[in-house]
Amino acid sequence: MNIIVCIKQVPDTTQVKIDPKTNTLIREGVESIINPFDMYAIEEGVRLKEKFGGKVIAITMGPPQAEAALREAISLGCDDGILVSDRAFAGSDTLATSYTLAMAVKKIETFDIIICGKQASDGDTAQVGPGIAAHLNIPQVTYVKHIKEADEEAITVERMTEEGSEILRSPLPCLITVVKEINEPRIPSLKGKMKAKKAELTCWKAIDIDCDDERLGLNGSPTQVVRIFTPPPRAQGEILEGDPQETTSKLVEMLKDSIQ
Amino acid sequence: MSIKVIKDKCTGCMICTRVCPFAAIKVIEKLAVIDLDKCTICGACKEVCNFAAIDIQKNPKKTQDIEKYKGVWIFAEQKRGNIQSISYELLGKATELAQKLGVEVSCMLLGHNITDKAQELISRGADNVYVVDSPELEHFLDEPYSKILINLIRKYRPEIVLCGASAIGRALVSRVAVNIHAGLTADCTELDIDETEKILLQTRPAFGGNIMATIISKNHRPQMATVRHKVFKEAEVDPSRTGKVIIENFDKSFFKSRTKMLDVIEEVTSMINIAEADIIVSGGRAMKGPENFAILEELAKVLGGAVGASRAAVDSDWMPYSHQVGQTGKTVCPKMYIACGISGQIQHLVGMSSSDIIIAINRDASAPIFQVADYGIVGDLFEIVPLLTKKFKEALNK
Amino acid sequence: MINYLLTEEQEMIRDLCRQITDEKIRPVAAELDKTEEFPWEIMKVMAKSDLFGLYIDEKYGGMGGGILELSIATEEFSKGCGGIAICYAASALGTLPILILGSEEQKQKYIPDLAAGKHLAAFGITEPAAGSDASAMQTTAVKKGDKYILNGTKHFITNGGEAEIYTVVAMTDKSKGSRGASIFIVEKGTPGFTFGKKEDKLGIRASATNELNFVDCEIPAENLLGKEGQGFIGAMRVFDKSRPGIGAQAVGIAQGALDHAIRYARERKQFGKSISSFQGIQFMLADMATQVEAARALVYASAREVDSGVTKNYGMHSAMSKLYASDVAMKVTTDAVQIFGGYGYMKEYPVEKYMRDAKITQIYEGTNQIQRSIIALGLIKEAAGS
Repeated sequence: MNIIVCIKQVPDTTQVKIDPKTNTLIREGVESIINPFDMYAIEEGVRLKEKFGGKVIAITMGPPQAEAALREAISLGCDDGILVSDRAFAGSDTLATSYTLAMAVKKIETFDIIICGKQASDGDTAQVGPGIAAHLNIPQVTYVKHIKEADEEAITVERMTEEGSEILRSPLPCLITVVKEINEPRIPSLKGKMKAKKAELTCWKAIDIDCDDERLGLNGSPTQVVRIFTPPPRAQGEILEGDPQETTSKLVEMLKDSIQ
Repeated sequence: MSIKVIKDKCTGCMICTRVCPFAAIKVIEKLAVIDLDKCTICGACKEVCNFAAIDIQKNPKKTQDIEKYKGVWIFAEQKRGNIQSISYELLGKATELAQKLGVEVSCMLLGHNITDKAQELISRGADNVYVVDSPELEHFLDEPYSKILINLIRKYRPEIVLCGASAIGRALVSRVAVNIHAGLTADCTELDIDETEKILLQTRPAFGGNIMATIISKNHRPQMATVRHKVFKEAEVDPSRTGKVIIENFDKSFFKSRTKMLDVIEEVTSMINIAEADIIVSGGRAMKGPENFAILEELAKVLGGAVGASRAAVDSDWMPYSHQVGQTGKTVCPKMYIACGISGQIQHLVGMSSSDIIIAINRDASAPIFQVADYGIVGDLFEIVPLLTKKFKEALNK
Repeated sequence: MINYLLTEEQEMIRDLCRQITDEKIRPVAAELDKTEEFPWEIMKVMAKSDLFGLYIDEKYGGMGGGILELSIATEEFSKGCGGIAICYAASALGTLPILILGSEEQKQKYIPDLAAGKHLAAFGITEPAAGSDASAMQTTAVKKGDKYILNGTKHFITNGGEAEIYTVVAMTDKSKGSRGASIFIVEKGTPGFTFGKKEDKLGIRASATNELNFVDCEIPAENLLGKEGQGFIGAMRVFDKSRPGIGAQAVGIAQGALDHAIRYARERKQFGKSISSFQGIQFMLADMATQVEAARALVYASAREVDSGVTKNYGMHSAMSKLYASDVAMKVTTDAVQIFGGYGYMKEYPVEKYMRDAKITQIYEGTNQIQRSIIALGLIKEAAGS
């Protein structure tokens, strides 16, 4: 079974803080990590390979530094890493990104399953996975929390919904996006880390993936950010300190009319 | 598009380096230098520059006859034949946008035995409801639903298409947008119309809610967006409203799906769905263990609310994921949100900060949660919460 | 931390162990301290990450490193929990006798599974009446044909009950005193080999400390490591190699407590200021950090000496590393509690655990009084030889 895992390098948003004086992002010391949801995608891909044999290829689109994400993916059990990187991709929105990744996937000869994380933690769009499936015209199942069965022909998966879940069966090749309930990502092995360090990565530029330049980067992105601002803070509230008996009585008095 | 620094104007003041969300600007020898590998031309730097030293050139490009696209459309999500509340929230907003544009509001309603539900949408503000009613559409499946939407959009050319940012909505419209080469903005929390340009201003949180970004799709139609549940108020019901119901018929080939639905499993849960609750009592890391959530449940019971949890509490397996509030959990907008032992990381705040009243209980007076709270008590939640339960019980005569 | 000019591979080991500590050890440390549950889940993670083989030759499935690599790993784990770290390090202690004294056949049979972390090992020397005075040992091994019959009791055995492979010191000839001791491999499940009570300890409570009971326990004669009579000297050689690991555990515990103290000092406000702005606190932190760094330098230097194979009498130096680092750990963790003030004394806060965990490092693998004897003896020998 040949598996492609699409990953993204993101700033660790849990470390991002706002400078209360200037209302701007504090980026110092914020590390780049693999998008947390993609860690589940990698793990699921590696588990499928361990069960069915075959190969897992990690693919990412990003600046040259994103190769660190691919090396980490290899340390976790992926066999190869492909970095799709070109100045022409800069400024891509989800449409251009999914187009570019889909064209790169087409260049990889055979695959059975493409696995993506549910969404990226910096953009939170959840649009690139289904976008790739649409470009390739293959079936998709999003929010997969469990792969129940898989064989050469099809997979049966459980998709998480707001109310519970659904069981779906899709022929291969197909694309799934996974949620964190699907597995617990492993910690790399020392041998894996050593292998990743030495691994030779493939690097593709725009000319390598047979794409239409008009659909790349800013040119291929219908959406455009026109303004960035910090959300307005709420007005300062009333903070009670002191004896718990008194503070709780006061609070109940103030709120009791808002309830019922 | 291109961006450059006008060397004569730049003073190296570094304001731009601080606002750049992508760390793409460095000041080298008193001159701002933009790293084009990182820059997305978002314009944050241009906006703050006091010296007009940053120049962004936009290619004026009109690829489609955008004037031919008219009307605000929504995808009306239904489950088991019931229209979901997100659809009414979308209608409320769509009506407002349509008024500003002077156009009609239309809904796409797909399902089985669903036609008679179209009137509910009309009473909430729809002028037209396009109904596709077929047994194959009983449950949501990505392929037939997206094929039908693509066809309807191509046929009727709406200028705006809105959809809920639900599990279904996100999967569906991503696929649609790719096929019609439309711009799509995910998870919007604010929508408005630029009155002069007549375009949709789509605002959404980015970087884990640390900043907000306003996004447009100037040269492409329709302008598509998904909208977070519980951000907009539901449209009011007006039974006297009238509108058109248009039945759309499709060839069987449209209903074909390579993916087959085998089963639907509804999660059995005794607790109220927190996204729908009017009052939420939430616990965080300071709850220390799953057994202590009982005191929150007691308070929630007295208040008629539900129990939520921060990511820290869910990650520690004290509460199931379905109760998680925040960036990676649910967005909630209750009348009252009581945060107990939640420090108030930004990822949590984005999920609850639009609640009507926020109450924080925390031992640490400097916890960020107090900055968004309307009322706060500094103290030990294990002491405060039971007292609140007791006193609310008395005050509410329960 | 001083740049110790570690190799890329050693840095990789540190990063990996730090990840395991942050993601797997820290979240459960307080809970396991309370429940005394053996951290099998974490042992499995360490095994899958190839960490049980760090100091073992590649031909037995190890990673080909040495005591320095083992020390780096132990130090990182100890920053999160000294108890969980010792479960890991004690397996190395139980494995070392096989590596030092074992025949090729014995190594081929036992080492690969230990290197892969499929089995844990434990070393059994201490007895109720034979602590520092190992020559007072009562456990006997009597040869009968192609078997040895073991009788006696070992106690305070780390990993006892949990490990699969035990290296046990027993008297084969009591008349010869310490020269009559030998070391044997005993597998868990051997008839006549049972476990006694699990100890309820002050610290390192996630680790298992157990009694080993031998009642006419028959083991194959080929399980003798080296020759009869090599037991005592063999044990000393084991400890000479293992002591930097205890030093590393102490350094890790001290560093972990110091990290908490620095963070707390910055957050805690008194008299309207962060307490880190007070010189009284600043000087304490400065002393703590200096002592930890000095201890680490000594531990790394002695571990490197052990690995170099150049010097033979490294025992004195490894004793120094264990002695100094463990005394530092006790002092630094006590000071960390002091910086936390009243909160530091409460179990709700993490630092009192470091203080409890630190104490054992001054006691086991030879009390610090024994270490001083070893060092003094080494000094006198050196002087006499020159």
